This record gives sequence, structure tokens and C-alpha cells, in this order.
Amino acid sequence: MSGLVRLTVNGCAVEMPDGSSVAAAVATVTPHFRRSVRGESRAPLCGMGVCFECRLRIDGVAHQRACMIPARNGMQVQTDD
Amino acid sequence: MKGGIASHDLIVVGAGIVGACCADAAAAEGLRVTIIEPGPIGGGATAAAMGHLVAMDDDPAELALAHYSLQQWEEFSDLQEAEFSRCGTLWVARGEHELRAAGQRSARLAAAGIQAHAVDAKTLYELEPELAPGMHGGMLVPREAVVYPPRVARYLVRRAQSRGAQLHAGRRVQQLTRDGVQLDDGTRLAGPTLVATGCALPELLPQLPLRPRKGHLVITERYPALLRHQLLELGYADSAHGDAGSSVAFNVQPRPTGQILIGSAREFDAADAEVSPVMLQRMLERAFAFMPVLRKLQALRAWTGFRPATPDGLPYLGAVPGRANLWVAAGHEGLGITTAPGSARLLLDLIHGRTPAIDPAPYAPSRVAA
Amino acid sequence: MTEHYDVLVVGAGPAGLATAQAAAGHGARVGVIDAQPRPGGQVWRHDVRQASPHAARHAFAALARVEWLARHSVVGAETQVLRVEHPDGVRLLGYGALVLATGARELMLPFPGWTLPGVSGAGGLQALAKQGWPVAGKRVLVSGTGPLLLAAAATLRAHGAHLLGIHEQAPTAAVHAFARQMLHWPARAVQAISLRTRLAGVAYRCGSFVRRANGDDRLQSVDIEGPDGAQQVECDLLATGYGLVPNVELAQLLGCALAAHDTHPHVQVDALSRTSVAGIHAAGELCGIGGLAAARIEGAIAGHMAAGDLTAASALLPARARARRFAGLLSTHFALDPRLRTLATPQTTICRCEDVTLGELGGYTDARDAKLATRCGMGACQGRICGSALAELGRFPRSGPRPPLFPARLATLAEASPPLSD
Repeated sequence: MSGLVRLTVNGCAVEMPDGSSVAAAVATVTPHFRRSVRGESRAPLCGMGVCFECRLRIDGVAHQRACMIPARNGMQVQTDD
Repeated sequence: MKGGIASHDLIVVGAGIVGACCADAAAAEGLRVTIIEPGPIGGGATAAAMGHLVAMDDDPAELALAHYSLQQWEEFSDLQEAEFSRCGTLWVARGEHELRAAGQRSARLAAAGIQAHAVDAKTLYELEPELAPGMHGGMLVPREAVVYPPRVARYLVRRAQSRGAQLHAGRRVQQLTRDGVQLDDGTRLAGPTLVATGCALPELLPQLPLRPRKGHLVITERYPALLRHQLLELGYADSAHGDAGSSVAFNVQPRPTGQILIGSAREFDAADAEVSPVMLQRMLERAFAFMPVLRKLQALRAWTGFRPATPDGLPYLGAVPGRANLWVAAGHEGLGITTAPGSARLLLDLIHGRTPAIDPAPYAPSRVAA
Repeated sequence: MTEHYDVLVVGAGPAGLATAQAAAGHGARVGVIDAQPRPGGQVWRHDVRQASPHAARHAFAALARVEWLARHSVVGAETQVLRVEHPDGVRLLGYGALVLATGARELMLPFPGWTLPGVSGAGGLQALAKQGWPVAGKRVLVSGTGPLLLAAAATLRAHGAHLLGIHEQAPTAAVHAFARQMLHWPARAVQAISLRTRLAGVAYRCGSFVRRANGDDRLQSVDIEGPDGAQQVECDLLATGYGLVPNVELAQLLGCALAAHDTHPHVQVDALSRTSVAGIHAAGELCGIGGLAAARIEGAIAGHMAAGDLTAASALLPARARARRFAGLLSTHFALDPRLRTLATPQTTICRCEDVTLGELGGYTDARDAKLATRCGMGACQGRICGSALAELGRFPRSGPRPPLFPARLATLAEASPPLSD
């Protein structure tokens, strides 16, 4: 509960309380998480790993669910543009 | 109409890709067509298939039918429903002997009128950089394509309907009668009948031997630009045409969505449609050996399907021996998508007593009537 | 690599934790897996700003006596073995007895604008906020149905959200009738009063629902329909939830029978938590939405049963019956207004993974047929969102699950199965 983690979202440095999700870190930078098949902007719906709307790229690996993954020091997160 | 008799020019039993092509071709010729399909249109092997339009050259008759069909597929190259994508087929050689085979095969394909050429290792890696190191080259067949078969089947059935064809959806043919068919609700339909029921063929025509050959497929999330061509190993034919109880081969496809579709596995005598973890493992390990990057990709779904396999690997196209006005178009095994349009054309020529564009003898059902 | 457990528990929410505690008490080797990084499930989800409730902390302590496998997600089931993916690879977990405590997800009903960033589930935004999602100072409107809206609103307020109101679709009379019933359940009444206290000053409107969300590429306002007519409210976030859907997919893959008489099927169990498959038990929300108290009791029953103690399990039957009766009240008093099923227009996206609209689904009466023709349900959520929505809209039920149960790395599927032993 005490510490902070530092990561980057789309190149921006972000500091979050330990225990925060990657989704939370992204939300401090942008409301947009992924582009849908038809190009619409999307963001988390379910918050619990079911809807896959929060998919993005973490440390180069695509299609990760941001709401399921704890933010960690040094992570590089990239939303889908 | 229940219990009564209706007259038709052609009753097509089964609306997979083969039945749909036949119904469409018949309706286009002005025939009064009736289609009977108990399940979703294109819901059997058609839905499970990869949708790769490919010429296999190891049997002259198979090659002739594929080539004939591929020309007809061109009609659908701009059809939205077909999701036609001309990715080309790149056959990968793992050793020198496979590379030599690539040379012979491209010559055979070229002789049949299909553009194909061998490629060296350098070109191979330029075409598909993610292939594992150590490949020797391969063969590129640039005009081949992939389609989405169930939507094509639906389009063809709808087009036939727009030309007057009737669809008995959700109905099953209970039995073939002397002059047509009887449906499971008691309806009797009279007219020349074409059985195009794929793996269900033995239910109506047990005299024509046919075995279901199970396959597995896996599809991934979207990874645009990771893969550009349909890739197969040159040893593929050994798996496809071998008689082994089960076999796997490297066979991956870029879908127009950016997803990657991974095959292929073949199993005889696997009755249930469950995904087999063991077959999936063998198939994926084979794929990883050629394309290690696949390991890390996210799989969305795995599924199975059954290919209708005849003893000699060629479809039954033509008159059912000993029966008047009864025709069959079934048993295309793994090439039904590629060869469906040509099969339909050939069959309609036979029905009308015209001379088909290719020799129909190798596909005659009478070949198995001893 | 195959590890073997006497009792393997899937899900570390209240039911799964109670199972683990009961089973471990009998000396069994117990494994508990959950896809989330921390135990607690949805109800007891870890909060970066608030300590967990006492009961949750007590339940988490039970994990000290079992093997706790966080971020482990079941992707397939083979004979007596689960194929499980974790961030660093794959595990094959064997079991003597299996207890499914996979909980529930939120029911999302499609309406125009529901795909805009800023629109999320009510429990969804609550979960996001607990894990640090910035809601402080944001104008948040809560809508949907049931007591969970209050819990979600209380969390959001504790995280600094500016609550614009709670819009409960059930009419005032139904909500009052439910409140009167609460007198028979003193512990629940205390909870409810405590929630209302924490929400003092927040408008609670009955018979009111969001008909549309507006915005270009993010939420800007919502159109609300209520007893006094329509109004438009500007807001930053909309948290909307229409109840819960049992997570039955793993049970289904394992061959457990479902009770399918409801719109959203649940796993069929007897009072002693046994499913139709020998050696597989189920506890909590996946057996029908029953709430926290029922989940904990059923979890304990399942833990005792899985460890082979019928007596200890049977002693809990009266408590289970009482907890389940309370759950019945929820479905009676918070039945959905039929108008909610007509909000989506032909242009409204139903399948969010593949962007399939309601209009494109016209004419299909079968999930597989619709999927083959339109790609509806073919995406990453594997039809969990659109399938439940379409079932609720009275269209067609979801088709059964296929492996992988969740999207998984291909390497995970390629890991060799253990040889079958005696």
C-alpha cells in the first residue's frame, strides 16, 4: 500500500500506488485503450478480465489485458492507435 | 405441400460449399432447384475449413479439377462475402531434396497453366522473415488465394434463391425415393436428385465408401503483417495423402483480418468432434518448428472438422451407379472449397449430357462399384 | 510438469477461499488458483486505498495453509487435469477433487453509446477504482439495478468520485418492498444502512435508467429516462450494471450439467455442492446468484465434501438454505423493466470484439449460424459479453465453450499432456 511504481504509458512517465493495475496507469494518461475492428476508440468495460476491451501492448507483447496485470516498475505500455 | 408431390428439375441435398455451388450453377441455367439443408448453410466441413484455394499436383485428375475450379473462383475475387485475399501460396523446403521437388512441382503446375516458380532461401526469407532459420527455399504460387467459405455458401444459396430456388431449411432427407426424396416431415419431392452431403453421404448412399477424416484448426488474435502468404511445408502431401492413422503438417494462413489460422492435422477413426489436446500439441509443435514466433501468439479458438475422404482421394462426381436421375457430388476431402465450383460445372454438364471441360472419368462414382 | 492436489479450487473469491479453508482443515493438499493477482474475487477485491474488511482478511489468512497460485488462468480441461496458463508459462494441475468457484460477471445490456470510453460496468468501475483507476473529482453517474449499485457507488465515493446520482431501474414500489423484507435479515439491513450512510446526499432515483450515452470518442453525457420524463446529464463516467451472470464456462467444458431454465444458465448442484460429474463440486455464484453469505457457506460445504467429510458439510445445510432464500428476493424485486431490452437500435454494436451491430444479426435464431455469417462472438471475449446480452434480449443463447477457455498463448496449448496413469 505504501510504495509507488513507475512505468511509461505511450512514452509518458506515470507513477502509481503499488497494487494498481496497468489499466489504472493508462487511464491517468489517455481515455483510449484500443481501436476496435471498425476503428472506434474503446476502453475497459468490465474491469475484471472478461470483456477484453482493455487489450494493449505491454513490453512489446500485444493483446494483454490491462485490467488483469499489476503495474510494475519499468513497464512500457503502449495503447493501440 | 405436406405429403404431396412437387416436381423439380434438380433437388440438391446438402448446402455445404459443394451443394451451394451446384444449386447456384443449376439455378443460373434456369433449372427449378430445391435445396434441402438440416443445419446452418455451410455449417459442416465448409465452416471448419481453412478456405485455402490451392492446386495440389500429385494426382493429374486432382490437378485438373483444381485448375478448372480456380479459374471459376476468379468470379468471386471482388465479392465482399468471399473475403477473397490473394495472398499466394508459399511452399517451404526444409532440405535439398524438397527444394528439388519444388522445382519439379512448379514445372508440373506451370505445365497445367498455373503460375508457379521455385524460390531460393534468400527470397524465401524476404517473403516471410519469420520462418525458422535453415530452410532451403521453396515454391511460390502467387495467384492462389484464401476465402471465407461459409459466407460464400450462403451467398450462393441466396443467389440461387433469387433465381427461384427453394430452400428447405432445417429439414433432413429421410430417404431417397424412386423418383426423388422424402423429408423428415413427410414431404415428398420428385425430380432428379443430387446428393452433396459430404461426410453424411453414407446415410443416403452407403454403397459409396467414405470415411470422415478429422482435422484440427487454431486461430489467433490479430497480428497484422506478421505473415503474408499461406505457408505450407513441401512435405504436406505426405501428410495429406498418406494413409497413416494420424498425421500433422505445417500449414498456416494469414486471414484478411490479420489473424493467423493454423493447421493441419489428419486423423481417421476419430469419431468425436472434441478438440484433442494431443493432436493440437503435435500440430502446434510442427508449426513452431517452421515458425517459432507463433509460440508467443494468443490463440482465440481451436476447433475440429471432418473431411469426407474417399478411398482414392478423389471426389465422387457423377451418376450413382444403377440409379436413374440420381447424382452425387461428395467426397472432396480437404479440397472441397477449391474444387466445389468446378465440381458443380462438371456435374451440370453430365446431367445435361454435355461434354465437360475436363475428363469426368476419374471422378465417376462407378469406379468403386466392383 | 504436472502437480497433483487432493483438492484443487478454481477461484479465490469468498466461495473459493471458504473451500480452501475447510479442505485444508482436514489435512488435504489444497491448491487455489485465480486469474487475478490477488485473492478476494470481485466482492473482496484488493483496494489500493482501503484495507480489506475483517472477514476478507480472515479468509485470506487461510491461504497460508494451501498453495496459492495467483494469475493462473484455466484454459483447458483434460482427464483429471486442468491446463493452466500463468505469466511465465503453463502448468498442468492434477486433482483428486475439483471445486469450481468461478463466480459471476456483470450483465451488460447494450444501448446506444455503450461502447464509448467512459462507459463501464458498475462493478467494473468499482473494480477498476479499487486498483487505482482515477475517479477522484470525476462526475460519475451510476445506473442499473440491485443493491450492488450501492456498493459500487460507495467505493467510487470513497475514491473521491463526484456522484451525480444512482439510477435504479426497478420502480419505487418494488424497492420499498425489498427494503421491508430486509427487516427479516438484520445483518443485511445493517449493511444496507451503512451503505446508505456512506452515500448520504447522493440522489437515488427509482424507475430510472440510462437510455443512451453521448460523445464523440469518449463519454460526454447520458440521456436518462425516469418517472418524470427524459433528461440529459453531462458526466465523465457512467457505471452501469444489470445484475450478474454465472461464470459457467469451465463447468460446461468439464461436462457438468447446467440448469438452463433461466435466461443465464447456472451450474446444477445438490445442496452438498455436488455437480453432475463425480468428484467435481461447485460453490457460490456460478450455482445461481446467491450473494456473499451463500458463497461462503457453499464454499465451506464444498471444501468439507471435497475432503470427504459429509458430516461437517451437512451441518451447514440449514445456513445454506437461509442464505439462498435471501437471494431469491433479489430476482423478485429487481426484475428488469422490459424497455431495457429495447434500447439497442439496429446501429448499436452488440459484439464489441468484432463490431457486429444488432441490425446485422437480424434473422438469425441460432448462435452458431449468426457467428458463421457475421463473426458475432468470434472475438477475444469469446461471446461472454455479446452472448449474455443476446440471451437477455431474448435472441439466442450462447453456444457452448471450446478450448481455450480464455485466449491463451499457442505455447500453452502445445505443452504436452501428462501420460494417463492409473
